[in-house]
Amino acid sequence: MAQLVKGETGDWEIVIGMEVHAQVTANSKLFSGASAEFGAAPNSQVSMVDAAMPGMLPVLNEHCVYQAVRTGLGLNSKINHTSVFERKNYFYPDLPQGYQISQYLHPIVGEGKIEIDLPDGTTKEIGITRLHLEQDAGKSLHDQHPTKSFVDLNRSGCALMEIVSEPDIRGPDEAAAYLSKLRMILRYLGTCDGNMEEGSMRADVNISVRKPGGELGTRAEIKNVNSVKAVQQAIDYEVERQIDILESGGTVVQETRLWDPNKNETRSMRSKEEAHDYRYFPDPDLLPLVLEQDYIDKVANDLPELPDQKKHRFMEEFGLSLYDASVIIAESMRADYYEDVTKGRDPKIAANWVINELLGLLNKNDKDIAETPISASQLGGLIDLIADNTISGKIAKDVFAEMFKTSKDAAAIVEEKGLKQVTDTGEIESVIDKVLADNPDNVAAYKGGKDKLFGFFVGQVMKETGGKANPAMVNEILKKKLS
Amino acid sequence: MDEATVRRVARLARLEMSDEEVARLVPQLGNIMTFVEQLGEVDTDAVEPLASVADIDLRLREDTVTDGGIANDVLANAPEDMEGFFVVPKVVE
Repeated sequence: MAQLVKGETGDWEIVIGMEVHAQVTANSKLFSGASAEFGAAPNSQVSMVDAAMPGMLPVLNEHCVYQAVRTGLGLNSKINHTSVFERKNYFYPDLPQGYQISQYLHPIVGEGKIEIDLPDGTTKEIGITRLHLEQDAGKSLHDQHPTKSFVDLNRSGCALMEIVSEPDIRGPDEAAAYLSKLRMILRYLGTCDGNMEEGSMRADVNISVRKPGGELGTRAEIKNVNSVKAVQQAIDYEVERQIDILESGGTVVQETRLWDPNKNETRSMRSKEEAHDYRYFPDPDLLPLVLEQDYIDKVANDLPELPDQKKHRFMEEFGLSLYDASVIIAESMRADYYEDVTKGRDPKIAANWVINELLGLLNKNDKDIAETPISASQLGGLIDLIADNTISGKIAKDVFAEMFKTSKDAAAIVEEKGLKQVTDTGEIESVIDKVLADNPDNVAAYKGGKDKLFGFFVGQVMKETGGKANPAMVNEILKKKLS
Repeated sequence: MDEATVRRVARLARLEMSDEEVARLVPQLGNIMTFVEQLGEVDTDAVEPLASVADIDLRLREDTVTDGGIANDVLANAPEDMEGFFVVPKVVE
């Protein structure tokens, strides 16, 4: 479903391709034994290799290779048996080598595809062009001093996967869905923590506009878009900018632009053209990386069930709607939790409790599923109490709130507070008799044809029993007594 | 080879060059290019690029932390440093 934008000269189609840099989850760096952990004191995780001291040689981290192959398989992509590390040459203070070791002509992972879930409940396939391994740069701080920049090389040399999409994305919603799904897959695989605030996932967005179905327009590359929301805002801004230029007879310049989240605008980085002459060539310090089919098969065997597989299985096996399934599979821990709750229970009821009650309350308290005060077996216990008529659905919500506060078992709370549902016919009958005796006028009015009063009697019975009377039985007995 | 190319290559390599140096380098670099371009005469269509003359595979290392914690050594050559950071002339406006 292409999302068209109305301009003064007619409709415009948005064409977007994304490049996502994802930091590989690993203990050490891509080519050195320094720690890759986030947040250490400046330059405390830098080896002489990362500082590019003369004579130091890079040695490839086998786990980073494993992670890249694992990710490639998770993106339904072709794994290349031979890939080559090349030098991408440019000067910047946080790049001590004067080049970034990257992959260019021969990336480790080739073409693939993923499925994205759109807000209107449909899905769409987005092509993956490639994934390659490369070194991250260091970090420059520009706001510490009026005339100086400060450089920390801790991140220098950490392994990144650059994941490039085909220009299949047609608008801000699709871009957001793509980024979310990609993040989800990486987190399921454990190959990147997907933490956008800490910069372990960063997106560059290539945007152009064209008349629907026409030739591709000139694109601008937007850098520094570091949240799903920023991606949407940057696209909205950039699309409007480009349409304005084109409709007033101008031409879009192919350039790199920076997203400024404070001013909500993109602006040209005005870098000199020759800065983009990277003069790639194979790194003479590194031989080509050769992967045998056996190795790739072994990595494939280690793959967990991925979000889309899980989503489709939940829809088929448990009869969940696409929406419910998508919510539940958003995090693997959430999906595991749901599967534990639903074991031996009604899957739709379990889904309702997990999505509407548990996730709702967690959200309200700014917690995620890892911090839930109610375990899956405890929530299951609560659902069992409803199923066997020990408590009513209404009382169950109160019990649930109490469980959330105290982490106690549902049965213990029901016992403690005397919330057991009254299912004893004699007891319910005697309460009903009392209610009818106390309200002779209403009984007469009901019998005279005021049907609506039935609800009044039910309410009175519930009030008398503290909400504990089984509603179905109350209805049945009342009907009999009033007829 | 012309002056513009020499200046461009010098700029990419961050080399400052006087007009005399550029003029002197035009024929020198031109000669080197002509020499190297002779390789283009060899038909290599069916030949795989040779990454190494030794018949060895790329060596990989285990993913363990074996290095780092040497901030003082890393910073030892820096013209300027402060609180563990390299300090350089400001690189954004």
